[in-house]
Amino acid sequence: MIFLYLFLVFSKIGIFNFGGGYAMLSLIQDEVVNKHHWLTVQEFTDIVAVSQSTPGPIGINCATYTGYTAVINDGYPVWMAVLGAVLASLSVIWLPFILMVSISKFLLKHHHSKTVESVFGALRPAIVGLIAAAAIMLMSKENFGNPSESPFVFIISIVIFLFAFVGTRLYKVHPILMILLCGLAGLLIY
Amino acid sequence: MGLYTELFITFAKIGSFTFGGGYAMVQMMEREVVDNKQWLNHEEFMDTVVVSQSTPGLFAIDMASHIGYKVKGVKGGIVGALATALPSIVAILLIAMFFQMFRSNIYVEKIFMGVRPCVVALILAPCFGMARKAKISKYNWWIPVACAVLIAAFGVSPIWCILAAGIGGFIYGKVKR
Repeated sequence: MIFLYLFLVFSKIGIFNFGGGYAMLSLIQDEVVNKHHWLTVQEFTDIVAVSQSTPGPIGINCATYTGYTAVINDGYPVWMAVLGAVLASLSVIWLPFILMVSISKFLLKHHHSKTVESVFGALRPAIVGLIAAAAIMLMSKENFGNPSESPFVFIISIVIFLFAFVGTRLYKVHPILMILLCGLAGLLIY
Repeated sequence: MGLYTELFITFAKIGSFTFGGGYAMVQMMEREVVDNKQWLNHEEFMDTVVVSQSTPGLFAIDMASHIGYKVKGVKGGIVGALATALPSIVAILLIAMFFQMFRSNIYVEKIFMGVRPCVVALILAPCFGMARKAKISKYNWWIPVACAVLIAAFGVSPIWCILAAGIGGFIYGKVKR
């Protein structure tokens, strides 16, 4: 059953993904963390970090990792989990692929049309909202620590968050370098 | 070397060396596909970028499918898409296996306690640059705000936001004319 669900969920994530890897995060989180509980918020956040620092599209990385982990957590052996990982990754690809091959000629002819422009005029701002939602949903006790139970962790987390935000936004520090720096900070401080 | 093999090697290379995915690989792809292999000219390549942006799916995979398709039809497209995805799948599988063993390690946990707030910042930071590119103004600022609130506070599926925005934009375009 888990295989069928992986296939359905990641097919859905693939076909509704407009606007790149980050836009996909809220879709993945909604399905994988909130609805199916295949991963915890922390595991999901860790995967995003790992995806940032490994080559390849972030959507494939998330699908592979989720497929593997979901099947292992369901009590299957490793080789089944490998199958689950491959299945989830291919599920993301196949529907957009068919669409791409069948309508690309049509789109090339019409991408300057008023209709396509007005659809994307509304889609692009919506995608910005999707990405913001992904970030807001990750601002949780699990990722930042509980301010009443562990105020130290919470304060350090806020400091790291602001440091990383300012570093990438204003000083254009590379994301991988940023992740390494913050990981090192965690190792030294905690 | 057969054309399929060449397609496979080219896209596997692109899939292996682009970090963060998506737009980072456009330059590398153009160098390989337009300058080196000359499968497409510059204009055709830019068309591919436009089509990949406006169809659903992963940008990198869309690009690879489309270029593969142009070079060698449907089979070429499949080879391109799979070759782009393969390096990530292998790399992440190895990491996932490794991670299952070391997740409970105290030092790994400490590192990730530092990394998690950083990840949230890394996702949030590009939003502001994207807002400019998406032409957000005093007329449409409510679209991203409404989407973010519906998804994050009310648990609405992002799929509904995408559908609503797409259909809304379509109707708005028709009515305006």
